[in-house]
Amino acid sequence: MTIIEDAVPAPRGSDEETAPLLEVRDLHVEFHTREGVAKAVNGVNYTVSAGETLAVLGESGSGKSVTAQAVMGILDMPPARIPRGEILFRGQDMLKMSREERRKIRGAQIAMIFQDALSALNPVLTVGYQLGEMFRVHNGMSRKDAKARSIELMDRVKIPAAAARVNDYPHQFSGGMRQRIMIAMALALEPDLIIADEPTTALDVTVQAQVMDLLAELQREYQMGLILITHDLGVVADVADKIAVMYAGRIVETAPVHELYKRPAHPYTRGLLDSIPRLDQKGQELYAIKGLPPNLLHIPAGCAFNARCPKAQDICREKVPALFPVTEPDGTELPGRGSACHFWKETIHG
Amino acid sequence: MSEQIIERPVPADGPTAKAPDPGGKPERVASLWRDGWYDLRRRPMFLISGFIIVCLLILAVAPGLFTSRSPFSDGFCDLSHSMDGPRSGHWFGYDVQGCDIYTRTVWGTRNSIIVGVVSTILTTALGGVIGILAGLWGGWADSLISRVSEIFYALPILIGGLLIMSMVGSSNVWTVAVVLSVLGWPQVFRIMRGEVIGNKYNDYVAAARALGAGPLRIAFRHILPNTLAPIVVVSTMNLGVYIAAEASLSYLGIGVQSPDISWGLMISDAQDRWLTSPHALLFPAGALSLTVLAFIMLGDVVRDAFDPKLR
Amino acid sequence: MGRFVVRRVLQAIPVLIGVTFLIYCLVFLLPGDPIRALMGEKQDPHLALVLRAKYHLDDPLVVQYWHYITGVFRGDLGTTYTGRPISDIVSQRFPVTLKLSLTAFGFEAVIGILAGIFSALRRGKFLDNVVFIATLFLISIPVFVLGNVLQLELGVNWKLTPVAGIEDGWPASYVLPGLVLASTSMAYIARLTRTSMIESVRSDYVRTAIAKGLPRRRVIGVHALRNSLIPVVTFLGMDLGSLMGGAIITERVFNLPGIGGQLAQSVSLREGPVIVGLVTLLILIYLVANLAVDVLYAVLDPRIRYE
Repeated sequence: MTIIEDAVPAPRGSDEETAPLLEVRDLHVEFHTREGVAKAVNGVNYTVSAGETLAVLGESGSGKSVTAQAVMGILDMPPARIPRGEILFRGQDMLKMSREERRKIRGAQIAMIFQDALSALNPVLTVGYQLGEMFRVHNGMSRKDAKARSIELMDRVKIPAAAARVNDYPHQFSGGMRQRIMIAMALALEPDLIIADEPTTALDVTVQAQVMDLLAELQREYQMGLILITHDLGVVADVADKIAVMYAGRIVETAPVHELYKRPAHPYTRGLLDSIPRLDQKGQELYAIKGLPPNLLHIPAGCAFNARCPKAQDICREKVPALFPVTEPDGTELPGRGSACHFWKETIHG
Repeated sequence: MSEQIIERPVPADGPTAKAPDPGGKPERVASLWRDGWYDLRRRPMFLISGFIIVCLLILAVAPGLFTSRSPFSDGFCDLSHSMDGPRSGHWFGYDVQGCDIYTRTVWGTRNSIIVGVVSTILTTALGGVIGILAGLWGGWADSLISRVSEIFYALPILIGGLLIMSMVGSSNVWTVAVVLSVLGWPQVFRIMRGEVIGNKYNDYVAAARALGAGPLRIAFRHILPNTLAPIVVVSTMNLGVYIAAEASLSYLGIGVQSPDISWGLMISDAQDRWLTSPHALLFPAGALSLTVLAFIMLGDVVRDAFDPKLR
Repeated sequence: MGRFVVRRVLQAIPVLIGVTFLIYCLVFLLPGDPIRALMGEKQDPHLALVLRAKYHLDDPLVVQYWHYITGVFRGDLGTTYTGRPISDIVSQRFPVTLKLSLTAFGFEAVIGILAGIFSALRRGKFLDNVVFIATLFLISIPVFVLGNVLQLELGVNWKLTPVAGIEDGWPASYVLPGLVLASTSMAYIARLTRTSMIESVRSDYVRTAIAKGLPRRRVIGVHALRNSLIPVVTFLGMDLGSLMGGAIITERVFNLPGIGGQLAQSVSLREGPVIVGLVTLLILIYLVANLAVDVLYAVLDPRIRYE
């Protein structure tokens, strides 16, 4: 279950038992706009197994959401295009499936939780209707049964007085409750994989923790794979098993969650960790990575991070770094670790 | 009622909320105009409509360039030619009075353009000023003005025009233009008021106020430039609408009166004999449709280029 | 919901009073003495006095108006100077205009919305461009031009529809006039539906609906359409009043004996009470339609109800 499968593709997992739940291989996504072609995702690889949580970390524009939307099959094409790559779900490439086959997977086997539940829920339909739709469309359930199941679901995500609120509209709920409804909707058909795109960003800090805990609890209970997309390092620490850090459409570092915090192997990750305000640094100036993320229409040659990197050398402006396996100084392998930095050794050990 | 459309509840943190932009206000406005103009020049519809409109303006200013005859000179009409069809030298034929339709159609351009331009300017000025005042004052003054605007809004333009024009008695292009403006101002008013109220609470206005800018300075320096785009869009679109409205009033016999020339009046006169000699109706109708089409097209492209909500 | 309706009704009343007063002023400021005009050659000073008293003509305008508007609220639209009840004229003329307007309303709603939806779903494709050009022409060609042309082509040359008048009753006599009257609004409806549909297809909740694995038919038909029809319904409701106003031209083109023709005739004859009565009726319909739209709006958009 390594996530470093850069140049050499791993042998195809033909057996469902051993194959990872989801495997993204060399995925490229570009957007055709009036100004030119924006390369949003440039060769992303990752895997997620049942019961595992992968956190995808990155700034806006890093390609983390676009990758997720490609997995989900909800990219608008055009303007988006997937020129290369494979998205294997249970060993089958979803990009080669028919529209109808993909539709049947969406919602039933792979579900998604969006950031802003207020705009992601239909304002003119009751939450009961929107939850019940899952059962009615995918399982052909009757309206009445679907409603009963919706109430159960709302109970399951701990919405108080679910039976009384099933006919309310999204705007009548608080932000946290709305996000619970989103979670309930994703959970409705007990999917194998859930993609949560910044599920707590729009919420108050106190509510964030509750929603995150609920999500983690449900994931454990149903043994689902979870892809957690976020820009918030704090959210990740308690929930994720492993982390993939994205920058300008590439994965720049992968690591098991606690290792990443302890010993980042990429200058960008280090910058992100250093820019978290900490109590013991009171009085000091906050650290911020200098400069701005690159324009996706004109990604610089070499390492996309070179202009902002304190360690950048000539090679960084010339050669795109592959995702190198990260080892201890004595050569011991560190499983699951990789860094797309020409100077990863200096970064992790220096 | 359409207050609800303007003031639809928008999630406070939703993506549709106007991005507050405390600094660099004039630059943003300037770039809106620059981008809009850049956008416009590349649209074929803008070039087509622009070409037609330039031709129409030349026709309106100097009809003599296109015809040697004047429809107001003695002996222009010859009853012996009444309803004669198109022929050499008289490509559009004659009307019921035996007047040359080509000459009259050419000379009719001026009145259409005058009504379109004058009504649009008056409507924009009237609606714009009242809208700014109501938006800035707020409170009971705003409510009162808004109710008054609803009263005018409830009056369909043809019915209102019919009533007012018959009261005015003497009707010519100028009175038609004034009447159309009196009936048309609430539209601009609503947009302007909505924009002013929408902008009034923006952070950059609060910032300007905090820096001690007076209400007039805030209105003209900070709010007006941001409200201008939708007003320009709706005014451009109105040009064609008012030209059509003048023709409609004249068609009903309460707009421009004979011997003055209006396409609407020509169409009305030709209608009785339309089934037997359609030429007398078709040429002024074609001119009218083409003119309205050109202005509507202009309105369309201007809206696409300048309406920031569509960007 | 009930309170919402009551509030809307209360808001409509000042507008009704304002408009009727405005019209009242306009009409009775018309130059000329209606009684003198009525009697023509045989002027009778005594009868004139009686008539003036009966129609409150010597009272200040505001008092005259008061007599009038209280009558309207009792359901009495008044009488002409020759004593004929205006409700009589209305019951004779109004059905024609109503049938015409409703026919037009049906055309603009059905054709306009369908054209808008298909245009939005085939955005940038051939059909979208066809619809766009069609709307451009429908908006540009004045109703009386379109009416005359279609009358000649469909009525006289192809004999598909009656040329004029209402002898063939509904629907035959009303189809073509209805279509002509609807033309401009139909184009606006198509454009509005298209814009609104494109907006909601791009929205987050439609993305959610797709992510739920709903079939495309359901995504468009339930999730996108429901939301995008809200502004369209508003426009339709407000347009019912304008249709009745615009009917004046269509009625003339097709020689239909409706309110419009009566209104034009009464204006030229200075029949103040008739004008005020008919216009009041039109405004009343406009306001009721607006009210209906507001209520419908609250039904369609649950966010409105709880403000």
